[in-house]
Amino acid sequence: MAVRKVIVESSAGLHARPAATFVQTAAKAPVDVTVAKPGGTPVSAKSILSILALDVRSGEVIVLNADGDGADQVLDELAAIVSVP
Amino acid sequence: MATESLTGTGVSPGAGYGPAYLMGAAVPEPPAGARHDGDVVAEVARVEAAVERVAAELQARGEAVGGDARDVLAAQALIARDPALAAEIGDLIDAGTAAERAVYEAFMRYNDILTQVGGYLGQRVADLADVRDRVIAELTGVPMPGLPAAGDKPYVLVARDLAPADTALLSKDIVAAFVTEEGGPTSHTAILARALGVPAVVACAGATSIANGVPVLVDGTTGLVGLMPSEDEVRATIKAARTRDAALAEVTGPGATADGRPVALLANIGGPRDLAAALEHGAEGVGLYRTEFLFLDRDQAPSEEEQEAAYREVVSAFPGRPVTVRVLDAGGDKPLGFLPPTEKEPNPALGQRGVRILRIFTDVLTGQLRALARAAEAGSAEVRVMAPMVATPEDAAWFVAACRAAGLRSAGIMIEVPAAALRATDLAPAVDFFSIGTNDLAQYTFAADREVGALTAFQDPWQPVLLDLVAMTASAGVPTAVCGEACSDPALSCVLAGLGVTALSMAAPAIPGVRAALARHTLAQCRAAAVAARAQTGPEAARAAARTHLPALADLGL
Repeated sequence: MAVRKVIVESSAGLHARPAATFVQTAAKAPVDVTVAKPGGTPVSAKSILSILALDVRSGEVIVLNADGDGADQVLDELAAIVSVP
Repeated sequence: MATESLTGTGVSPGAGYGPAYLMGAAVPEPPAGARHDGDVVAEVARVEAAVERVAAELQARGEAVGGDARDVLAAQALIARDPALAAEIGDLIDAGTAAERAVYEAFMRYNDILTQVGGYLGQRVADLADVRDRVIAELTGVPMPGLPAAGDKPYVLVARDLAPADTALLSKDIVAAFVTEEGGPTSHTAILARALGVPAVVACAGATSIANGVPVLVDGTTGLVGLMPSEDEVRATIKAARTRDAALAEVTGPGATADGRPVALLANIGGPRDLAAALEHGAEGVGLYRTEFLFLDRDQAPSEEEQEAAYREVVSAFPGRPVTVRVLDAGGDKPLGFLPPTEKEPNPALGQRGVRILRIFTDVLTGQLRALARAAEAGSAEVRVMAPMVATPEDAAWFVAACRAAGLRSAGIMIEVPAAALRATDLAPAVDFFSIGTNDLAQYTFAADREVGALTAFQDPWQPVLLDLVAMTASAGVPTAVCGEACSDPALSCVLAGLGVTALSMAAPAIPGVRAALARHTLAQCRAAAVAARAQTGPEAARAAARTHLPALADLGL
């Protein structure tokens, strides 16, 4: 199981265009990917509505989680997306 | 011939042809508690297919327009394809909920969450609702909300009515013509269509029952909307429209017959917002200024100052020209809360309406007349004031006295009750002018409610009995105008001139056609057409008989 803890740097947080890019990237992955705030309930990274409802603001930490073939690769990609200021 | 055709009011000239695109109004909420018939798999498959079509359409539109709109539409496509949403919908269907209701409920859950978060997300709720409505529209077969993407060829946009927001992005390359079920010559659709130079037909009964994609031929001058026309018909109509528009554009100046008998061509307006169209089409003044719009949706009459400002705007637009104002025509189909009839009325059209209600609430009339008198003094227009629903010489004398007391120089009455037309000679001595309202005159002559769709045949202004009543009125010795749908028909306008009518007031876009028709016929031809029409027993025969005396109509494509 792969886990990443990343700080969301994008000024819009995980909303608007970064959220769309994030979800589109996750959706392509062959494995399940989840996002959670530290200590919070994980939601599917492939669901734009769930991501929006998480309401992640700029500067907040998120925990990404994936399991299976290619898990590391997709988490790296997602971490890179939210790290763009 | 087209396999089927509809008729409305042409408000923007030219002919347009393309596939119909029916723009939906709000998509209705699927009824709570709706259940499917037990086939969960089929119901889920239905939703999946609908969602995919909606998502693909949104994505394709986004890619077509580019820019910021692409991001918005791509995000909407993502919402449609959201797996968490699909899971919720699946759970609801599993529990027996019908597909469209399941879609509605699942979307509403996220709607509530996003609303609670507020801020930026709160603003995305509209996007969510739009996706929801699109999916439900797919599932239930109701028209898709909003406008379609630009297609390979321009489409004919069909709607109940159009709002400015609907049409902001339209252009001639996207829309071949507009057809709306509601609206009038001054509706937003009409104004927009003329501004874009796109043909338009409004008030077209049955328009919203046109199926999506059906080829439609629209004639924005005659108001004819043909469904599935032949290629020959399309070619002929477009050619005729070009010829006609060119011929109409050649005739300018004040209205007159070929031999120089003046017939004033005036505009019907509902308020200052209609002035631009009136001036654009060369109206020589206003023949009917309906003042109801100032009074609607209110608890009490507007102040004299507010009224004066609205009247001044119209008066100042036509310096030295006639501006004919109809005082408040309340009651009947236009009830006002602050002018209640004194008893319950089983037949409002036959009740205390027009001058009758003003004789009860005299202060409302007095206030309006004072505001009109002040507006008249401020400008140089020739302000004429008239009362609706006058039936007796006593009504006429009472109204004229009220106008004189307010300092208004020209006072007249509408002729829309058969009693008034039949005894026009009794009413004439009291007034400065008559104006015949053909729509109400038809309603009262035939005892046929104009709001009842099944009785529309009685509203045909070519009914010979109406021509008789016009003739009686016009020969009573005072200047007689006609305001009403009748004037928009170029052939009938010639007949009316032949009956002795001296002014015609109509929706502004009809003026060029009427001007051209009059200019190509002599008064003698108009009189012969009137005699021929009155000799018939029905409207179709009257129309045909009149046209035999008006040969230039065909040359004009009218």
